[in-house]
Amino acid sequence: MAQTPAVTIGDEQVPSFYLKHEHHPENGTMLGFWLYLMSDCLVFAVLFAMYGVVGGNYAAGPGPKELFDLPLVAVNTSMLLLSSITYGFAMLEMARQRKTATLGWLAITGLFGAAFIGLELFEFVHLIHEGAGPQRSAFLSAFFTLVGTHGLHVSFGIIWLITLMVQVTRGGLTAVNQRRLSCLSLFWHFLDVVWIGVFTFVYLMGVLR
Amino acid sequence: MSAGSSHTHDAHDELNVHGHDEGHEAAHGSFKGYMTGFLLSVVLTAIPFWLVMGKTFDNPKLTTLIILAFAAVQIVVHMIYFLHMNTSSEGGWNMLALIFTFVLLVITLSGSLWVMHNMNVNMMPVSAHDMRNMP
Repeated sequence: MAQTPAVTIGDEQVPSFYLKHEHHPENGTMLGFWLYLMSDCLVFAVLFAMYGVVGGNYAAGPGPKELFDLPLVAVNTSMLLLSSITYGFAMLEMARQRKTATLGWLAITGLFGAAFIGLELFEFVHLIHEGAGPQRSAFLSAFFTLVGTHGLHVSFGIIWLITLMVQVTRGGLTAVNQRRLSCLSLFWHFLDVVWIGVFTFVYLMGVLR
Repeated sequence: MSAGSSHTHDAHDELNVHGHDEGHEAAHGSFKGYMTGFLLSVVLTAIPFWLVMGKTFDNPKLTTLIILAFAAVQIVVHMIYFLHMNTSSEGGWNMLALIFTFVLLVITLSGSLWVMHNMNVNMMPVSAHDMRNMP
């Protein structure tokens, strides 16, 4: 090290080999949350691998071509994509310290998220009603587990979003609330990334199979 | 040392001055960045759906390869414009964790598919008729 910080003790200059201040501790949460997201990514990797392995085992039951309704999936995908951009707008308003605008964009994000979950539940109910429930075949078990886990994540994201909206309403855009919103931002965009894998790997490639 | 030195990838500089304001800017992104990411992902989503729903190509293998490529590009777009990934955030630890996860992901996916595909190929064939009469 060229510039070792020196400390003066008495008349002597003694080099110090440690940092006197914490190394930007306010960013520790973000790194920790990122590591959580990476482990969550592995959960999805395993579920994708499982779907890839058993996704073709229909047990003489219905396959993706008969079951999947691509226009519905396209609408669902656009809901999630729109919720991503509106969450981005919420973060931009947060950076400008505009509380009402932030809350407004968060509410719109939550509504898009709820629409996504609503459409997914409609699809699930429709499939189960047609006799294509999770117990029908290995393909359907894997499908419901993978897509259901993603949907569960989005549902918890919405609960988290509402919780943060209450906290921002009560406490304002404090540093703590900003950090929480940043964590949820990562979580929300991460779920959108996972959904790219789902609609490509499960829906589009399923119909092509 | 000034805030400008936080651009360098020298680990010692990173320890001492990690531009705080700059870090916040990177965490929130910009309107232009979000819009670019959004428009790109709309296009990158619409084309695969159009390819599959419109049956543009007769060859399903070709379509599969193309939509997988689009998905890969879209994931990178989301990473850059929505998740604000770069090599310098958190002193590079974010990127390191991402690369490590990516390696595990590739091993898990390709390993499972490869091993189980081989097992499937070497299994005794079962007809749909046998399957229906399974207990």
